[in-house]
Order: sequence, then C-alpha cells, then structure tokens
Amino acid sequence: MIPELGHYALMLALGLALIQGTMPIVGARTNDPVLMSIAVPTALAHFAFVAIAFGALTVSYVTSDFSVLNVFQNSNSAMPLIYRFSSVWGNHEGSMMLWVSILALFGALVAAFGTNLPAALKAYALGVQAWIAAAFHLFILITSNPFLRIADAPPEGQDLNPILQDPGLAFHPPMLYLGYVGFSIVFSFAIGALLEGRIDAAWARWVRPWVLGAWMCLTLGIAGGSYWAYYELGWGGFWFWDPVENASLMPWLAGTALLHSAVVMEKRGALKVWTILLAILTFSLSLIGTFLVRSGVLTSVHAFATDPTRGIFILAILVLFIGGALALYAWRAPLLKQGGLFAPISREGALVFNNLFLTSACATVFVGTLYPLALESLTGDKISVGPPFFNSTFGPLFIPLILVMPFGPLLGWKRGDLLGAAQRLLGAAVLAVVGVAAAYALERGGPVLAPFGVGVALFVMAGAVTDIAERTMVLRIPFVAAIRRAVGLPRSAWGTAFAHFGIGMTLLGIVGATAWGSERIIEIKPGGNVELAHYRLTFDGLFNRPGPNYSDVVGRFTVRRNGEPVGTMEPTRRTFPARNEATTEAALMTRGASQLYLSLGDPQPDGSVALRLYYKPFVLMIWLGAGVMFFGGGLSLSDRRLRVGAPRPARARAAMAAAAAQPAE
Amino acid sequence: MKTVLRKCLQAAALLIVLVSAGPLWAVEPDEMLSDPVLEARARTLSEGLRCMVCQNESIDESHAPLAHDIRVLVRERLKAGDSDQQVVDFLVARYGEFVLLKPRLSWHTAALWGLPPAVLLFGIAMLIVVARRRNAAPGSGEPATLTSAEEARVAELLRSEGAP
Repeated sequence: MIPELGHYALMLALGLALIQGTMPIVGARTNDPVLMSIAVPTALAHFAFVAIAFGALTVSYVTSDFSVLNVFQNSNSAMPLIYRFSSVWGNHEGSMMLWVSILALFGALVAAFGTNLPAALKAYALGVQAWIAAAFHLFILITSNPFLRIADAPPEGQDLNPILQDPGLAFHPPMLYLGYVGFSIVFSFAIGALLEGRIDAAWARWVRPWVLGAWMCLTLGIAGGSYWAYYELGWGGFWFWDPVENASLMPWLAGTALLHSAVVMEKRGALKVWTILLAILTFSLSLIGTFLVRSGVLTSVHAFATDPTRGIFILAILVLFIGGALALYAWRAPLLKQGGLFAPISREGALVFNNLFLTSACATVFVGTLYPLALESLTGDKISVGPPFFNSTFGPLFIPLILVMPFGPLLGWKRGDLLGAAQRLLGAAVLAVVGVAAAYALERGGPVLAPFGVGVALFVMAGAVTDIAERTMVLRIPFVAAIRRAVGLPRSAWGTAFAHFGIGMTLLGIVGATAWGSERIIEIKPGGNVELAHYRLTFDGLFNRPGPNYSDVVGRFTVRRNGEPVGTMEPTRRTFPARNEATTEAALMTRGASQLYLSLGDPQPDGSVALRLYYKPFVLMIWLGAGVMFFGGGLSLSDRRLRVGAPRPARARAAMAAAAAQPAE
Repeated sequence: MKTVLRKCLQAAALLIVLVSAGPLWAVEPDEMLSDPVLEARARTLSEGLRCMVCQNESIDESHAPLAHDIRVLVRERLKAGDSDQQVVDFLVARYGEFVLLKPRLSWHTAALWGLPPAVLLFGIAMLIVVARRRNAAPGSGEPATLTSAEEARVAELLRSEGAP
C-alpha cells in the first residue's frame, strides 16, 4: 500500500509540475497576476507530493519491505537503521528520487521565502523549475521506477554494496545534490530573466544567496566524498580525477566563477551577459554530471549501448534544457545592456581574471572527462585520460589563479592600486618566502616544486589575514577601535577572507600529503614491528569481531612515538556474507593535522598479514580547508545585504517578535 | 591493431582466471623489488599506467589481478635493465595506448591537449576585443584620470572638509 501511495504521489507531482510549468508563465506573458500567483501554491504542493513519494520509499526501506524490487536489491534487514535509511539513495532509482526531491525543495523555498521578488520573475523562475522537475519525474516513472513490486516477496534482501555501508553515504550524496541541484534555481532565475528580457543588478542580489548556498553544500559534499574515498579505499588517495568526481568538480568550478561574477554584477552592474551565461552553464554541467553518472556511459560506452533507455532519456533532457537555454541566450542576450566600466587593474578586473582561469580550468576538466568517450564513439580508438593529464593541465591554470587571489579583495572598484595592494601584501609575501626556505631546509626528498606549493598556500592564507587586517586597520589604530571596526565589517568581507583562507589550507594539505607523505608496504607477523616517520608500530595480533551484517578480522597495533606509547590502531577486513564481498576498513590516527593511515591485506595461512602504512603530513588540512570555505560562505550568506529574496532566518524573526511581545523576559 | 588488442585482452582475461586465487590488493609486499631505486622507479611508472579492466584506476592503486600482472611485468623489465621509456613503449606495443593514463600527443589527442590553452587564449582574446570595442565607442573607455588642476581642487576640498 505504501509503495503504491508513493508511486501515485509521484504521478500527482508530475501533474502539479505541468501546471506549475505552464499557468504562471502564461500569466507572466499576459501580465495576469492571478495566473502568476498560481506558481506559489503549486510549487509548495509539488514539493509536498514529491516528499510523500520520497517518504514512502524511505518507509519501504526502513521497514525492509522486500516485496519492493528496489528495496530487495539494495537492502537487508540485518543492516543497522542508518544504512537502511541511507540506502534509499544508494542506488540508481533512489538517487534519482533524492535528485527530484531536492529540486522540488528548492522550488518550494523560492515560493515560500521569495516574497519580495518581482511577481513576473518569480512566476518565470518557478515555471522553469517545474519544467526540469517534470522531465525528471517522467524519467523516473518511465525508466527508473523505484516502486515496482515483486509478485512473491523474498524473505531477505540482497544487501547494499558493502563500500556504501558507511556513514559517508548518509552525508555525501544529499550534500552533493543540495549543491548541484541547488544550481537549478539559479538556472531557472537566469532563464526567467531572459524570458522577461530584463536583467539588472537587483537580479544578481536575488540570485546570489542561492548561488552561495548551493556552492557551500557542493563544497562540503565534494570534500565529504573525498574524505570517504580516502579512508574507504585503503591506500589513502583523496582525489582520483575519476569521471564521477569530475562530474561534481565541474559545477563547483563554474559555480565558483558564478559566485564571483555575480558580485561584479550586483555591485557594478557589469558582466551581466556573462553572469547569465555562467548561470546556465553551471546547471548544465550539473545535468551533464547526472548524465555521466546515471546513464552507465562511464562503465563503458558498450554498456551504454546495450541498455540505452536511461542514457538516451537523460541525453534528451540534457539536449532539451542546455540546447534550449543556450538558444534562448543567443537570442536574448544581445538585447541586454552592458553596465559599468572598469580599468583592467581593479576589483572587477581581478574578478574577471578569476573567471577566466576558473572557466579554463573547468573546460580542461570537461575535455579530459569527455574526450575518451567522444573519441571512442567516433573513431573506436580507446585512450585513457587520468590523473597525470589533469595534474599537468589543471595545475598550471590553478596556480596563477591562487596567486592572484589575495590581490583581488585589496584592489578598489573601478580602478585599483596594484602597487598599493602589492605593498600591503609584502608581509604575506615575506612569510611565503620564509615558508619556502623552511620547507627546503626541513624536508629532504619530495618533488622540487613542493616547497613552492607551501609558499603559495602560505601567501594565500596570509593574504586573507592581511585583507582583514587592512579593513580593521588593526596595526594602525588602537586595538579596541580595531575590534569595533572588525565587528562592524560586513559579514561578506569576513566570508571572503575565510573562504580564501580555506583554499590556502586545502592547498597546504594537498602539498603536504602528496609531496612528503611516506609509506611502508610489508608483510608482518604477530609480534613484528614496523617503523615510519618517528612512529613505531607493534603488531599485537589478529582477532575476530562479529558485526550486525558482517564479520570483522581486526589487526591490533600498538603505536609508539620515540618509545612513548601513543595509542592503538585497529585496521579491519570486513566480510559481508550476503554478497560475499569484503571491504578494507583503514585505521586512522590523527596527530595534529597529520594522520597515520594503516590498512590490512588478507591474512595468510602462516599468520602473517600484508600491511600498508602511510604517514600523511597535513592531510586533514585538505578537508578542514573545505570546512573553512563552507563557514566563510555561511558568513557571507548571513550578510544583511544579501537577505533580500533569500530565506530569512525564521527563528530569529520569531525570537525578535517574542522579545517584543514580552519585554519583561 | 584491433585484433591484436582483443587477443591481448583475451590473454589478460585468461591470466585473471589463473592468478585470481591470491589475495586481491594493490602493490603487494611480495611484488616489490629489493632495490629501492628500481622499486621507486616502478612505483612512479605504475602511477601512469592504467589497469585496463578497471574504471579509471592506475595499476598502482588497483586490486585487480591484471594490475598485479602488469606490476610484476614492469618490475621484470626494470630488472632486465630497461629504461623507463622502454618499459612504457613495451607496454604500449603490447596493450595499446589505452594503457597510458597520460595520452601521448598525436593527431587524435591534439584537441585534448590543445583545448585547455586554447580556451584560455580565446578568453584573453575576447577580453581584449571587448575592451577595444568599448574604447572605440564614443564617451567611454577607462575612467579618465584627473588633471593636476582637478587634483589640486580635490586636495583643497578635502582640507576644508577635514579636521573634524
């Protein structure tokens, strides 16, 4: 009954999406306020029905209803509750349900909180959002229905892919989707603006909170996925330039560019035409990512060819929306008026530089990801494009971008003083040079360029601090006055500084872990020792430990640093009987921002076991940096200036109302 | 060329069946060479070689038996005194260019290698064109600099406004 309810709710959601996609747009074209106002209730109802469908699927999973084919294939009653819950999106059908749920959520948020948006723009944007939703509802109902039943319900499910039985699954996909589906709303606003034929600085102000929110979630989602891969795959890599990762990196790069160009548009009315194009491209890249991941084209071009229904369907959605949007853009964009002028050396100029390099970096990832597919389908030649390609093309584009980053916030609008900015960054540059020298002096081995990586990272971090120091005048005026200035600074200024500082942290982590990490790969018997980077590990032995739907073989190691015990590490081999598969559960020991990483091979009959031990200096900085970027984005989002058209914190308003009502408390 | 590749893949598939009894893991202790210099070279080479039966994994990271075989093969060639280039050439001759994670520059990868710099140059060119067109338009261009007379006037105004 419950799955049928979900199925029915999804069909109703499709119907509502069709109404939401037509009536308000007709209303906006004929300037009919009644038709336009339909957008809000339908968007809310649409979300409600999608939520019912998603909820029905979730209930089927949590209660282990194996009469539902999707649940049978991807769940098992012995799994802990969190995995029964998160396995809803641990498969193709369920992840598409999550996709449309988040799409509907964003539509509902705009409907509920966008009270001061112009009626026509809101009607257009919600209409476009509904077209996307309708296309994906059709996709789910026709090719990927999660509510199909099996006639004779099996007593037990086939279990979830063991690699996915991890807290990472509960966090990573929803965050990632909040990010790249979140860009849909920006896309809808862009199409709405093109349909309306009017775009001004206010548009950028309405859109920027949504860009920022999506960007924050995407940042955290990508970082979460990277950390998950790092500890799950058993050899400590954190970025693989895998097409699936690239699929999420491309919208991030384009979204970051959009975030910056929207600033120029909002403050100076310039770069309008470009910002609209970026808004279209960012979500288009999200759609392309969905196509890459969901069509099976990545597994192999042939797998795609044998069962092309899903792939062709998404490809059709892709062509329709991207092609349609770009055609509309080509038709309408020339009508838009260009705004404010600026000299090449100015805040705008720095942001254009940012956009140029981010876009080029994004194009590099795009061509590297799709080239092998295109070449194979056109000529039959098979080539591989892997990490060495990306490292040698993406890196040279990203380093100049990062080097220029600290200058941007120090340059004035319209015309900046490059020499002045350089003088103010002198301290940061000196620190960077000292850092390079120290890195050379302290570390032997590692790539020659690695100390420069440290220098660049320090320059960026010190540059962000310089920005705040300059704005608060902390070294030039009395400390208390500087604090007062710091409190008075717009939150978006703090946000910029934090986000830029986070980039520096991530870079430092990447350089540290890749250039100066060390490893030992050996066979070891109980009682044996292994040494690595000041640490000495003693293998105490193996023991078995049962789990709910798996059994563990655990190796226990005592870790000593300079003779002092600092703890134990327990790397594990985990076997899942339902699928007869095994995973490696690495043991991690955090020491400051560095980690010891230990993973276990299969135990041999003679009692020995193969072992991989890594020391990863500064590796945690990679993800902490992303966290700091997220925090910076949050600060910027809470800037009063940006709350126009964005969700107002309802609690703060309620609290204020309560305080006003009860002054005695 | 294609049939050669297919035969190699068939041979590889057969090998998988033969060796798949062992533990499945990336670089295993028993594969490693005792000479640390050779081993380091083997590791560096491995990072640039694709495990052909995997999804976008290098043989250095892959758990697949085929990756194990190529790792052993690479080490055998190195022990036999091959240079890095000779090892790579040997593998390309045997498995095709598919084995390289960094494709060689040739006519069919020209667009791949050419596009990133082309996009950057195109972007720069566009910026210059747009700037030129704007400067050519009357009444626009860079914000004009102040003349010395205007500078003096500004300074005077600031002085009279100052001293709060």
